[in-house]
Order: sequence, then structure tokens, then C-alpha cells
Amino acid sequence: MKEVILKIDGREVRAEEGMTIFQAAKKVGIEIPHLCYREGLAPTAACRLCVVEVDGSRTLVASCAYPVANKMVVRTDTQRVQEARKLAIDFLLSDHPYDCMTCEKSGSCRLEKYAYEFGIRKSRFEGERHDYPIRGRNPFFERDYNKCILCGRCVTVCHEVQYCEAVDYSERGFATKIAAFFDRSMQETPCVFCGNCVSVCPVGALSEKAGRFKGREWELQKVPTICSYCGVGCTLVLNVKDGKVLKVTSDKELGINRGWTCVKGRFGFDYIHSPDRLTEPLIKRDGTFRQASWEEALDAVAEGLKNIKSKYGADAIGFLVSAKCTNEENYLLQKVARAAIGTNNVDHCARL
Amino acid sequence: MAFGSGAMTNSIGEIRNADCIFVIGSNTSENHPVIALEVKAAVRQRGAKVIVADPRRIDLVNFAHLWLRHHPGTDVALLNGMLNVIISHGWVNQSFVNERTEGFEALAESVKDYVPERVEKITGVPAKDIVEASRLYAQSANSSVLYAMGITQHATGTHNVLALANLAMVTGQIGKPFSGINPLRGQNNVQGACDMGGLPNVYTGYQRVDDEAVRQRFEKAWGIALSPRPGLTLMEMMKGIAEGRMKALFILGENPVLSDPNAEKVKDELKRLDLLVVQDIFLSETAELAHVVLPGVSFAEKDGTFTNTERRVQRIRKAIEPIGNARPDWKIICDLSSRLGYPMNYDSPQQIMEEIASVTPSYGGIRYERLEGLGLQWPCPSIDHPGTPFLHKDRFTRGRGKFHITPYAAPPELPDQEYPFLLTTGRVLYHYHTLISQKSKGLAEIYPEGLVEINPDDARRLGIKPDNGLVEVASRRGKVKARAKVSDNLPPGLVFMTFHFKEAAANLLTIDVLDPIAKIPEFKVCAVRVKKLG
Ligand code: SF4
Ligand code: SF4
Ligand code: SF4
Repeated sequence: MKEVILKIDGREVRAEEGMTIFQAAKKVGIEIPHLCYREGLAPTAACRLCVVEVDGSRTLVASCAYPVANKMVVRTDTQRVQEARKLAIDFLLSDHPYDCMTCEKSGSCRLEKYAYEFGIRKSRFEGERHDYPIRGRNPFFERDYNKCILCGRCVTVCHEVQYCEAVDYSERGFATKIAAFFDRSMQETPCVFCGNCVSVCPVGALSEKAGRFKGREWELQKVPTICSYCGVGCTLVLNVKDGKVLKVTSDKELGINRGWTCVKGRFGFDYIHSPDRLTEPLIKRDGTFRQASWEEALDAVAEGLKNIKSKYGADAIGFLVSAKCTNEENYLLQKVARAAIGTNNVDHCARL
Repeated sequence: MAFGSGAMTNSIGEIRNADCIFVIGSNTSENHPVIALEVKAAVRQRGAKVIVADPRRIDLVNFAHLWLRHHPGTDVALLNGMLNVIISHGWVNQSFVNERTEGFEALAESVKDYVPERVEKITGVPAKDIVEASRLYAQSANSSVLYAMGITQHATGTHNVLALANLAMVTGQIGKPFSGINPLRGQNNVQGACDMGGLPNVYTGYQRVDDEAVRQRFEKAWGIALSPRPGLTLMEMMKGIAEGRMKALFILGENPVLSDPNAEKVKDELKRLDLLVVQDIFLSETAELAHVVLPGVSFAEKDGTFTNTERRVQRIRKAIEPIGNARPDWKIICDLSSRLGYPMNYDSPQQIMEEIASVTPSYGGIRYERLEGLGLQWPCPSIDHPGTPFLHKDRFTRGRGKFHITPYAAPPELPDQEYPFLLTTGRVLYHYHTLISQKSKGLAEIYPEGLVEINPDDARRLGIKPDNGLVEVASRRGKVKARAKVSDNLPPGLVFMTFHFKEAAANLLTIDVLDPIAKIPEFKVCAVRVKKLG
């Protein structure tokens, strides 16, 4: 890679050829505001928020897509840049429902963030507003395209990460919107409900159904952990409030999955709070279960195992460890079998 | 077995950089969805060539350069055919074979008869496609094999796996970045359960119980005399119950009634036990048969580690308190052990991991404080070891890689007049063959019940309605009712069922012929009859 040297806000920056201005700035800790750009996805240069001044260029350039060059001089924070950004936000707000008080994204919404930072209370532009029906026939997420800022992230993710092509732009001009193929419900598209589009939507247009109206972003405790479904081992983030897992999100900085998941990991967590969970030990008498205390249940198991061992020997007892439990638990259980009981009759149910 | 280790040889992140990816017996998009993204990225971003070998038109076929649609159960014949082509075309990596393997001559001799024309007759794959697949796999700079249950859940599963190993060693497509043999393991911690000694013949890290020195080390560490006799596998335990030798079973978080072939038989056998203890989070079909049920907790209610399919040990973290009166599973096990007269006093899973590390060379360097971030891939023998992204770099675990002879044998049951269809089973994207996905409302809503997939021509012939017509599927062992899903992803004569649901447990149908070596039952193919009901 050839090295190029440029100046950003008066600082000398060493970058690699092929990098964008945005990336070079980030390298030295200069954060350029942005809505549509997301690391790891091809830039769509749609939001105009990341514009910067480049000496020798008459117009402002979108830093997310503009490559660096040797001796380039870039300014990210001039009056002109700030005005342009403010205008871009103002314009987006002119067709945005002021719904922050009940919007699930409030607190993590990037449009809200910039409206706040630029101090824009109400848009200067009054004009036609969209009035799309909210779509949410699928069990996992809701689509409210009135809030869509047409950043294109969901389309890029669906096409270039998920390779699914379930959503795309439709129509043009003011009528442009993101839509499922032929504007159908997601079930009628090739959508596999990975929810990766939801995870990148910078505003409240795409949002999880789980946890709705149960907790605000800033009240949620975020606990990174590993998915309990398949052997890929994706990192998930549990969003917890008052002892309840309200929803599962992902984080592009965490895990080998870099923020991508499948439907099970992101939307299949609610078994945790299923009413069918076992909450008390059970002992069967005459064919029916009755609730027991832990003392009683553990004694019954220990006595039973001891009796069988003394009557028939340790090898009359078998243990099945679990592909769903932790390493530590499986280690302990085979240790119980081998050390406490004295048998190597240990196996599990899943051969692959 | 061929190289001395049963885990993914490479990392998930390496798949993207392979030049040729050979996917066999894995419906990756449905069963390991995030790994499928890597395969797709390799194709679309780097122009990698994918070979899919699968009787069904799985999603990855849309990304494949070559689709080998072999008849179910003929994998070994196909792989032997590829070996034959590689040897006869001179595509063998001779220096790799000379320096790192043994038994090549015998292998070459054994595949002599598997000429593409003959293999075409057995497998249904055109001879020229077999040649092209062999060329691609052998001659690409880096070739990676991905396989899953479609390879192992056969009466010939062990041969399937060994034949893949032969392929990798003959071409030297192993022991380097981006190329190797990669079994994609099913459940979240099946790798860890095996690593931890959840097998009858080994302690942690695959240390053999019948190795005197190993056993002595464990006796010292655990402070008690241990049995030198390898134990029984699950299938043998079931047989032991039937014969009255096995009297008690302790089952942690598993549901063998649903996940084993011949569900009814398993049920009958479990009922004969003097003591059945099940520790789980739901009252599964298996737990219903128990004498005592102990309520454990979900992954959100405890700390610990899972080991993923690429041998990566990763932290799970407690997010909420246990539901109701349930207790973290590790605590339950400790309490039980103490009552059995073998006290276990651990403060935390972290402390348990320290003990695991002290008795397990491949986990020797695993410590919780080192698992922040991306975790560590074993082998990680010491505290300053960075972990191992790919295996068998300079030598195989067992020294020289051994070629095994893998003759093809036809599946134990083939369609006939009475049972004219071949049934194959598997999973779908939305479920696992455990209860948790069915207890998730959204997943249950989007894929509510076990479906029978059938080819449109077959459906028409049988008068089955395209949407959700009710059918009966019967084998020599039993029958189930299910809704049909007409799908041209299947060739005529083949039907596919999921094995997740008790209402349509496809396992009712499967044969319990065991693979003689790995003791894995034949889950994948058997002959059935399909009848329209409504
Ligand atoms: S959920 Fe996944 S497949 Fe469906 S539209 Fe979003 S990105 Fe595409
Ligand atoms: S739905 Fe969200 S991610 Fe998609 S274009 Fe609109 S704002 Fe962007
Ligand atoms: S999110 Fe999906 S792909 Fe990732 S570990 Fe969970 S089940 Fe597997």
C-alpha cells in the first residue's frame, strides 16, 4: 500500500492510498458526523452529513466516499461545512414524524442526536409529508417508513452482507422509499429475518418488536454474551431491564460475527422468559409430579444413585452431558460420573 | 481419526479467503447462517469457487460454481470417485503425501475401481462434473471443506468423514491457512461438551481413560481412584437399559426422546429405569418421564464459557437472576456431588475453568481474564499462548496423517415398491431439535410445525395440495401426519422432513442401524410411503 500524506484540520495525517477522507480522519481521532455511512458497508453517500471542504474543489465532498490523495488539504469543521450539515438535518426533519417520545430508537437514534447537536427544534421547511402505513405483519420487526431517511444501509446489508435482496429502493424522487419486493409483507419475500437490516438502521424506521414500550435505550443494561443456538458462536448483546431480557441486539465491534446474526440469535431469545420454564424441583409420586424443595429433590437423587451403585455397581449408572450447557458444567458433570460415582458411562446426544 | 482431532481445522474468518469451498452434507444457510455469509462473501467479493454436493437444491447452490446432486447416502462413492480422478490425473500433492502421510499406496489401490463413469451410475452425478470438482478442489491454491450432519448422520458416517480426510491429504489441502477440513458442529456447545470429556472413552481434551499415565494424573488431580474401563455410548446405554444392566440415567439439558432415532423405543426404555433424573429448563418429552426433575437456568442466567465450532472458547455472561427457584446448573451439580460424598466447592465458573486448564493441555492457557474480546482458540497450552487459528501446521496431532480405506456400501434401506420414497431429515433455519426454539413465540409463529417437503411432480401424482395439504408418511417402523410443502428444491422420489417437532417426529421413521465405528445412528435416509390425507 502506498502511503499518502494529507492535512486534515491543520494536522498532518499519514494514510494509505485508497482510504477515504472519513477513514483517514478517524485514524487520528477526528469524528466526522454521518448518518448513512457505516464501517464495513459500501458507502451510499446519501445523507450529505459527512461533507467536508477540500482545497481545490468548488463543492463540498462526501468524506465517506472521497478517496484521500497526497498533499490534499481537508477542513472538516468550517462554517460552510456546518451550514451544509445543518441544512441536511433540517431537510430530513421536514419530513420526519416528531415521535421521539414514543420511538424505540430514541436515545440511540442518529437523527435525534444530530438534531440535538445542531439545536434544530423544528424544521424551517414546511412541506408535504409522507404517510405510509406501518408494516409489521412478521413477528420480529416493524417497518415505519415515515421515519426512513433513505440512507440505504438496510438495502446494502440485505444485498451485500446477507445476499438476500428482500428489500430495495422503489419509485423515485419524493416517492422514493425502501420497500420489500413489490411492497409485500416480509413473509412473501426471500427475507430470512436475520434482522441485520434492523441493526444498522440509524433511525426508528426499522425496530425490533420485542421490548416495545418496556424500556428506554438509556435504561437498558447491555450484556454481551454468546448465542445459545448454533455452533457458530455469535456474540449477542442482551438488553436487560428490571431482571428481564427485553431484546437482543448486536455490536459490530464485538465477536467473530462482527454484528451480524441470524433470526434465532436475534429474535429467538424469548424462551428465557417463557411461562413454561421450570421454576421448582419436581418429584414424581404415583405417576404425577409434585413440587419439591431443593433439599428434598437433591437428597432423592443422591440417595437413589447411591442405592443403585451399591446394589448394581457404578456401571449401572449413566450420565448425559449437554451440548447446550457450559464447559464448566459439563466438566463438573463428567467429574461427578467419573470421580463421585466411578463410571465412564458419559456421553451426549448430539454427535456433531 | 485420520489426523487425530475432530474439530474444525480452520477458523470461520478464513473461509472468506479460500479459493475453493467444497460444501457437502451441510445446508449452511439454514444451519450455520452466519458461516454461510462468509461463503457468500468469498464468492461475491473474491470470486471463490464453491462446489455444493447435496441432493437438495439448498440456498448455497445459488452461489455455487458446481452442484453435484448425488443420491442420498452415496457420499463415499462420490468422494472415492474424486480421489480416483485426482490420482489418475496426477493432481496428487506428492511432497505432502511423502512427507506427512502414510498408507497412500493402499488407498490408491482401493479407489482404482471408482472411475467417474461407474461413480456416475452409483451417485447420479455426471462423470464430467466429478472430474471438474476434483480438478477445482485439487488445483485451487486453497481449498476448504465444510461439512455437517449430512455427512455424519449416516450408517456410513465415519467412512464419509475419513474419505474427506483422504481427499484433503492427497491434495495437501490441509495444515495451512484457508484450507482444511471443517466440520460445522450443530449446537452451541457441542464442541465444548466433547472437549470437556463428555464422551465415554476420554477425559477433558480427548485424553484417553484407558491410558495408564493419563488416568494416574486425573486420579491425583481429583484425589480418587478412577475406572480404567471406557464407558458406554448413549446407544449402548439404551441397549443396556433394555437388557436390564443400566438402572439409572442422569440427563443434563438434553432431550433424547426427540433427538434420537426411534423415539418410541427410547421412551419405552427410559421408562424401565429405576431412576431417571433430568436437569433442564423445560419439561421436555424426556423430563416428563423422569422421577426427579431439577430446574436449571438459561444462558442468560449464568456465567461460563461455550466453545464454538472453530474451537473458540468464549464467555457467556450472567444478565439476569435465575427465574423462579431455578438454580445455575453448575451449582446444582456441585450440591449433588457433595451429597454423593465427593464434595465440590467452587465459588464461580471462573474457578472451575482454572481447574479445567490445570488438567487439560489444550485448555492450559484459558483464563477468564484472557477471554475478553474474541476469546481463545484451542490448543492454547500456556498462559502466554495466543491460541491456534488453524490446526496441523507442521504435523498432524497423531504424527503422520493416515489414509483409511473407505469402501462404499449402499444405504441400509432403499426405496422399493411398497416404500417408494427416500426420506432424508435435517433442520430448518428457524429451529433446533431442542425445545428452546419452539418456546420462542416468533420462531414458532414463522415455522410452526414439522413439514414434509416433496417434489411438485410427486405431489401432483399423489394429489397433494400445494399449500399445506395433510399427508401421512409411513416407514416400516411407524408413521406420522404432517403438512406437505411442495418444493422443487427436491428431486422426484425424495422427501425431506425436519426432526424438531414431537408432532411430526421424523425420527419415528429412521432406522437405528448404527455406524459401526462412531456409533451414530442412520438419521439421514430410509424408505417411506407418502399418502394424501386432506
Ligand atoms: S431481515 Fe435480513 S433478509 Fe430480511 S430484509 Fe432485513 S437484512 Fe434482508
Ligand atoms: S429503513 Fe432505515 S436503514 Fe433503511 S434506508 Fe430507511 S433509514 Fe436507512
Ligand atoms: S446468531 Fe444464528 S448463526 Fe449466530 S450463533 Fe446464533 S444461531 Fe448460530
